[in-house]
Amino acid sequence: MRDFAYARAGTAEAAVGTLAAPRTAVIAGGTELLNWFRLGIAAADRVVDIGGLDELRGIARDGDELRIGALATLNEVGEHPLVTRLAGALASACLQAASAQVRNRATIGGNVLQRTRCPYFRAEEPLPWPCNKRDPGSGCASLAGRHERQAIFGWTQDCVAVQPSDPAVALAALDARADVLGPAGPRTIPMREFHLTQREAAAAGEPMRETRLGADELITGYRLPVSTAGQAYVKVRERASYEYAIVSAAADVRLAEGAGGPRAAGAKGQSAAGAGGPRAAGAGGPRAAGAGEQRIAAARVALGSVAQRPWRLTAAEAELPGTPLTREALLPVIERAMADAVPLPQNGFKVTMARNAAVRALLAAGGAA
Amino acid sequence: MTLDFARRVEVTLRLNARSRTTVVSPRTTLLDWLRDDIGLTGAKKGCNEGACGTCTVLVDGRRMNGCLTLVVQCEGRSVTTVEGLAGMKGAGEVGGELHPVQRAFADHDAFQCGYCTPGQLMSAVACIAEGHATDDASVREWMSGNICRCSAYPQITAAVLAAAREEAGR
Repeated sequence: MRDFAYARAGTAEAAVGTLAAPRTAVIAGGTELLNWFRLGIAAADRVVDIGGLDELRGIARDGDELRIGALATLNEVGEHPLVTRLAGALASACLQAASAQVRNRATIGGNVLQRTRCPYFRAEEPLPWPCNKRDPGSGCASLAGRHERQAIFGWTQDCVAVQPSDPAVALAALDARADVLGPAGPRTIPMREFHLTQREAAAAGEPMRETRLGADELITGYRLPVSTAGQAYVKVRERASYEYAIVSAAADVRLAEGAGGPRAAGAKGQSAAGAGGPRAAGAGGPRAAGAGEQRIAAARVALGSVAQRPWRLTAAEAELPGTPLTREALLPVIERAMADAVPLPQNGFKVTMARNAAVRALLAAGGAA
Repeated sequence: MTLDFARRVEVTLRLNARSRTTVVSPRTTLLDWLRDDIGLTGAKKGCNEGACGTCTVLVDGRRMNGCLTLVVQCEGRSVTTVEGLAGMKGAGEVGGELHPVQRAFADHDAFQCGYCTPGQLMSAVACIAEGHATDDASVREWMSGNICRCSAYPQITAAVLAAAREEAGR
């Protein structure tokens, strides 16, 4: 790691004030930055430490919103009773990220700024192969080489990487907004739009840009609408713990009231006595629910590690109200919403795996799994 | 609002219950400082990227990877390494009574080569203090940041649970 000059910021404004100069980096937890320095992914002459800023700490409810400071660690977010109760998918995503040690250092502000785990990108300099993120214009070794873990949405010939953050998927699914401070003052960025696919970045004329955060801006925290709906975060990986996702899915599900609603457990019990039949017929709709089946009133669902951004399945969300909370009913809805997936030669399996993860997350969020 | 950026930084922290003031280059990791400057080689340099956990130490009682922590980030903090785990004989001399977690590891044969053990021990102490050493599955999940290439996981899990039971019984 090359040496750098170091200063502790006394205020967030002071930290932002240093970012106008080139080669200045912000350190909070440091779990990503130090590895970037070691690999040559980033180089800085100056590092400004925001770790002591109490104004960026804390988790609190503010009316209908949950406010999470950027310096809250992943363990603090994941185990905080307010987050567990009002944003369960985010709590679960935080605790399924990294390891207990890393989660004690890694902050929720820095987490969404982590970069892809593409092994071609993460090699030590000098890079023995092309990578447009490391050396713009050199090419993409992954597209020509191994790419089974890469994108199925939004990639270009220039880059096929995915964003690996677990919390980012939950933040996007839960309609969180990032509070951001820049030289011109504060602004907010919806987490659904925070990250950019390669295709979106190319359309904006900056093919290698990964987020909408400016180089001179700092994430100061997040605001999430509180949700009392059921939530879940499903992470599919090659080892049971401490591993990046192959795919993941975050979901938030509100069930319909009344027949087939929250009291379906009772309805299930009655169905043997014949009460379930007519009730289910009455609840009907285009996809008839079986006896005691619950139906979705509203749902939000996002996929992770399928693109360079969390992937909200908006078409599915539009279709889900009224859908029975069963695997059979959900599968075709998710499949239709993923019809625009464009897998690479080696990662067609991720389309199926992501579909199944979305269905599992919806079932779990609805309490059926 | 201009900040003074420094190439040498004075840091005061507590290390194994003893106050220390040191001057470091900002890039110095807690792990390198412990091993190279202080001579405490219990925390090991396995992967140097946060993947293996053998550099795990406690900072203000929380387990962290020494390789992902800069000394300058430890100003005013209290650092505990595996050398600080056993009781002190006196005057900073190590070699006192083993910590209950160390004894449990010995009793359960929770190692083969021992390279990961300092990190496993520090992680286990924190895992128990956090209240996560409740059953097999929870220990495995909350100890997943410590890799054991000899694969002594069943013994490590048993040792952590035994130490947790002993602690609860006291």
